[in-house]
Amino acid sequence: MARRYFAIAAFVGLIVAIQLATLATGTGYYLTQLTMTAYYSLVIVGLCMLIGYAGQISLGHAGFFAIGGYVAGFLTTFDLKSHQGAIVSLLSNSGALVSRHDVYGGSLLTVHPWLACAAAILLTVVVAYFVGGPILKLKGHYLAMATLGIGIIVYRIVLGTEFLGAADGISEVPGFPLPGGLLITGDSSSRVSNYYLAWGVVLLGMVLLLNLIHSRIGRALGAVHGAEDAAEAMGIPTARYKLHTFVLSAVFAALAGVLLTHYNGGIGPSEAGVMKSVRYVAIVAIGGMANLWGALSMSLVLNYLSLRGYFGTYDDAVFGVILILIMLFAPDGLLRRHLFSDLKRIVSRDPAGEEAP
Amino acid sequence: MEFFFQYLVAGITYGTIYAIVAIGFNIIYNATGIINFAQGEFVMLGGMTAVTLNGFLPLPLAIVLAVVVTTIVGAVIEILFIRWLYKPSVLRMVIITIGVSILIREIALHIWGENVRALPYFTGSSVSSINLGGVYISSQVLWVIGVGALAVAALTAFFNLTMLGRQMRACAANRDAARLCGIDAGNMVTLSFMISAAIGAIGGAVVCPITYVQYDSGTPLAIKGFTVAILGGLGNSTAAVGAGMILGILESFSIWVLPTAYKEAISIAILLGILFVKPSGIFGSAEAARLKEF
Repeated sequence: MARRYFAIAAFVGLIVAIQLATLATGTGYYLTQLTMTAYYSLVIVGLCMLIGYAGQISLGHAGFFAIGGYVAGFLTTFDLKSHQGAIVSLLSNSGALVSRHDVYGGSLLTVHPWLACAAAILLTVVVAYFVGGPILKLKGHYLAMATLGIGIIVYRIVLGTEFLGAADGISEVPGFPLPGGLLITGDSSSRVSNYYLAWGVVLLGMVLLLNLIHSRIGRALGAVHGAEDAAEAMGIPTARYKLHTFVLSAVFAALAGVLLTHYNGGIGPSEAGVMKSVRYVAIVAIGGMANLWGALSMSLVLNYLSLRGYFGTYDDAVFGVILILIMLFAPDGLLRRHLFSDLKRIVSRDPAGEEAP
Repeated sequence: MEFFFQYLVAGITYGTIYAIVAIGFNIIYNATGIINFAQGEFVMLGGMTAVTLNGFLPLPLAIVLAVVVTTIVGAVIEILFIRWLYKPSVLRMVIITIGVSILIREIALHIWGENVRALPYFTGSSVSSINLGGVYISSQVLWVIGVGALAVAALTAFFNLTMLGRQMRACAANRDAARLCGIDAGNMVTLSFMISAAIGAIGGAVVCPITYVQYDSGTPLAIKGFTVAILGGLGNSTAAVGAGMILGILESFSIWVLPTAYKEAISIAILLGILFVKPSGIFGSAEAARLKEF
């Protein structure tokens, strides 16, 4: 118990230290990438919960990210003024709509970001429930391919749909208003507050997941991961737990999509691309499949480096190589087990190291 | 009515390619129980290498060399990434082969850039066509279908008539028993990667004049090939041909109902539908599927 809170406190310390360091060195612009890193980390920790604790791979989480981002982006930019009707006036009277001005000074009547966010989450839950039911019955190759397929379908839809901006995506998404006059926006004047907001959201998500892991449900998931048939025999509703974890991780991805879309002021189809999904899995893998803190810290490092463009044109290749190396030499992740004993076992081909299928 | 046949021919052409990719999947799956997600990359490599070599070599020689190069790549992949793993889990293999496919794609991007390339038509040109009762068929389409049929026939003969083919099938059926009979199981796996790389490359070269080739054209093909392999029943290559035709034709006619932009989503929706309803495939038996390891 104490260790859990110690880790959280240490992480808060790290986040504050990073900000103070950028303040001291006058490199405040790094905070922009670090804020985006935070939102991507939200996807990573959710996916880590699914892969590491429920033992189900998903190669389609960029799809859920895109569902969140696109719903939020579309609803907060689509002008309802020319679509007056019963529903619009009902929404308008209940305060669900906001009028604002676009960059050219024209007035817009759009859905309130909070309502748009709720709609995005709701749609994600529905989709995740709908596809998760049949998909999670599959295993191994089939599960990997099916989730990959879901991701590609979302990608094709956002790429081919005219009102979602097709290849251009959605732009001019307004900031996301929070109580206390705070606003999630990429505006450089509120860079510091947004940095703390973003990591605050991630930390909230972490606390939620950590508590979940240490609860009855978490222990049940551990049993499901270890030996599914045995868990089922003990009376654990394995299918339901797997589905709920899938939906939860999808919601994390969608929320990240919503917030990052508001922060960036837009979203494009590349966010739904297969490479993004693969990248999320790569980071979870390198962080240690069942290690939330490992996944979070790897996400902090790798997403930041990638967003700063350190890998240049080799960006995708770097994540491909990471995937291969981790899976070849340390399939349980770098930060989970002792790398050296792993290597020794691989070299000596000790059958004791044989993993469960 | 002519349009109907025109679409049908287009569907069969694409179906042949999907079937070739699916057979590549099946060969490796049968020998190792691994789905090689980099299968589409072999097709891309075959096409790309043939185009490059055709710059200074006659077409037939360029294609043969391209197939040889891709076969070597297949062997190298197996030796580097697969051979020395001790009983890897399925998830681990899935992720490794996905990593390999990303790696090949990125290397191709750095070698060839983002340009779309094509081979010249083997016979005739892009505008010339053969009139078969009102339906105009490009000669290249006949090449695709002919080479596809030939490849399937050659593989069937190889697996049933030659000693090497029989040894491979023995390894697929029971690796330990095959090893006891003195068959080198490790080499058989390498061979299976080489054969599926070769057949992928042949497919890539022969379809290249029609569909063009780009550094990232492998992944969509791999997904369709996988769909077809599942549709036919994983591991069953004859069924893959039938399933390939079904998918190619469905996709071809889907343009009548849905915008072209969603064409890609059709095959995936079919894949998901099959996975949900009957994971053993429409031609496969559920009984046999239960014995397979996923």
